[in-house]
Amino acid sequence: MEDCLAKKMEITVSEAEKRTGRNAMNIQETYTAYLIETRAVESQSEGQCAPVDSLWRRYSEFELLRNYLSVTYPHIVVPPLPEKRADFVWHKLSADNMDPDFVERRRIGLENFLLRVASHPVLCQDKIFYAFLTQEGGWKEMVNETGFQLKADSRLKALNATFRVKNPDKRFTELKHYSDELQSVISHLLRVRARVADRLYGVYKVHGNYGRVFSEWSAIEKEMGDGLQSAGHHMDVYAASIDDILEEEEHYADQLKEYLFYAEALRAVCRKHELMQYDLEMAAQDLTSKKQQCEELATGTVRTFSLKGMTSKLFGQETPEQREAKIKVLEEQIQEGEEQLKSKNLEGRDFVKSAWADIKRFKEQKNHDLKEALISYAVMQISMCKKGIQVWTNAKECFSKM
Amino acid sequence: DTSLAEVNSFSPSVPISPSSMINQYKFEDGPELRDLFITVDDPESHITAIETFITYRVVTKTTRGEFDSSEYEVRRRYQDFLWLKSKLEEAHPTLIIPPLPEKFIMKGMVERFSDEFIETRRKALHKFLNRIADHPTLTFNEDFKIFLTAQAWELSSHKKQGPGLLSRMGQTVRAVASSVRGAVKNRPEMFTEMNNYMETFSQKINLLDKIAHRIYKEERDYFNEMKEYGPIHTLWSASEEDIADSLKGIASCIDRCCKATEKRMAGLSEHLLPILHEYVLYSEILMGVLKRRDQIQGELDSKVDALANKKTEKDLFSEEIGKLEDKVERANNALKVDWDRWKQNMQWDMRSSFTNVAENNLRYYEE
Repeated sequence: MEDCLAKKMEITVSEAEKRTGRNAMNIQETYTAYLIETRAVESQSEGQCAPVDSLWRRYSEFELLRNYLSVTYPHIVVPPLPEKRADFVWHKLSADNMDPDFVERRRIGLENFLLRVASHPVLCQDKIFYAFLTQEGGWKEMVNETGFQLKADSRLKALNATFRVKNPDKRFTELKHYSDELQSVISHLLRVRARVADRLYGVYKVHGNYGRVFSEWSAIEKEMGDGLQSAGHHMDVYAASIDDILEEEEHYADQLKEYLFYAEALRAVCRKHELMQYDLEMAAQDLTSKKQQCEELATGTVRTFSLKGMTSKLFGQETPEQREAKIKVLEEQIQEGEEQLKSKNLEGRDFVKSAWADIKRFKEQKNHDLKEALISYAVMQISMCKKGIQVWTNAKECFSKM
Repeated sequence: DTSLAEVNSFSPSVPISPSSMINQYKFEDGPELRDLFITVDDPESHITAIETFITYRVVTKTTRGEFDSSEYEVRRRYQDFLWLKSKLEEAHPTLIIPPLPEKFIMKGMVERFSDEFIETRRKALHKFLNRIADHPTLTFNEDFKIFLTAQAWELSSHKKQGPGLLSRMGQTVRAVASSVRGAVKNRPEMFTEMNNYMETFSQKINLLDKIAHRIYKEERDYFNEMKEYGPIHTLWSASEEDIADSLKGIASCIDRCCKATEKRMAGLSEHLLPILHEYVLYSEILMGVLKRRDQIQGELDSKVDALANKKTEKDLFSEEIGKLEDKVERANNALKVDWDRWKQNMQWDMRSSFTNVAENNLRYYEE
């Protein structure tokens, strides 16, 4: 962990700016650009601050970076990006990508993403990542030159492997179930939380009407007037307090969302394992069938039904020379196959080992982060109640003076 | 006026029992000046060939001399309460007669005989009778006494007495006609102020009633969503090891919050909502009372105008006018005294209801 980039360098996403420009299809569009600032961590005791480097990136470049990392390090649970579009909104929040609150929360999410990558023992050492932080021009070309897109597994291939793999590592199967459950439960929680927030907003805001009516009523009362008026003021305070409370809660929701998206990253690692395992199983099967073919040709017996066998029966046997040639080809293939199988096996075992190490690291991180998030949620609730107590104590005093 | 109930009622006549003697002793010593206790409970459904209706049990305990007994139990239906109210209005046109719950509720799903409706009505009827009992004048009204003490058949026959429906209608028509002219321009300043006050008050109390109902609805919706919120955390804890306890903890806290919300809602519906509703009805009643006062004055004014035009029958008129002047004076005084009393009560009721709301909210947040 000492070698982490995060320790050597301060990274912040400090600003967001609206821009207009032409996109790949030469169409005018509006987008938001984010300012990434980096500064080398020098000993601050001298009172000197190292100079700040900065560059602008937009969301699509972050996406490109993450895709590159996922393909290049398939055994790593790659940190997720904040959501592309606002989801789980309740009525007060807008679903508009240009909404300043959304942009602000995204800015924080992007910063969080960079910090997560920078503190990952493996990912932080990647040169493309470093260039993303430090090199404004030509970064896109640099990424594309790595040719990572070619290494990417097609979705179809992966899906096929998931269905047909016979002996995946049990731990990965369990992990896949866990990540499915995690995703389902967190998204359900976020949905209900959004509805609860909506209702709570309603309760608080309607109290604001009391403020207005009390004030109007107090105008016609002599003895009750003062009490009513000041009570009304407290009702206004109560109604206004919900805005801050719910804004704080949005941060909590974002923390949960990160792990919702992390579930997808977990699944990606499992899929990669299934793909590799399937590949291995296919290679082994292929090798076995080739060995069998070889044996059949050598001994002249046909143990299994094959089209070749049938055609040779119908159209006559091959000449001994033809047979020899075939056997030779097969023997070469078998040797290749065995080498491939050996290396695939090795690859597979390495993958499982390194993936499992990262998964362990991830689990610890997840438990720590979620526990902290839950605690901070509880603290938020307590503070909300304290505010409520304060307001209603004041209101009660005013009422009793009526 | 004659009343049947002064003749012995058919309820078992009990001489002053030891318990009521104790009660009497308590009242004279204690700060409570009450000597009439009324409860309304036990709604019962009655089905006849023609109709279905509900009766309520009205239990009265009293130490007053003019009551033959110290305890009475009768059954009354909503119609009987309506009768009582109209008799009181007739006898005391410028006193503030407490409101009755509405005949039926227009909005929404409330069926005429749903439990919720019956309970709300019962509480309001209980309030109605107790408000009358607390009123310094109304509490001694004969019809009130008959209402509390007479058996069903006695009440029916008593109801049939008195001026017929048609003659009463005639009175009302004449009264309305006479009030149209002049009453407003001769109205004493005090009553104009009252009118202005009531217009604004009525507006504001209606708004408050709506706001309080809206808050109740929002709280209920919040409660419904919260009910789902806790169990999700429990479900999640099943997939986790390390954080399972934290999640279960949160789930149980959320469930406790749910219970606290329920209590808060109950507080609203038991205390604030009925009071606000009562005062919405009160504001209508008060506007009516002010109109009636205007009508009475209108009668006087029209007679005075007539006198100014017909100087010959002066003597006849002046006697009548004298009587009317007395009437107006009495009506005005009665109203003024009752108004002050009403305002005091209103203040007290509002203060205690809203303080109660504040306390409920404090309890909610503390829990």
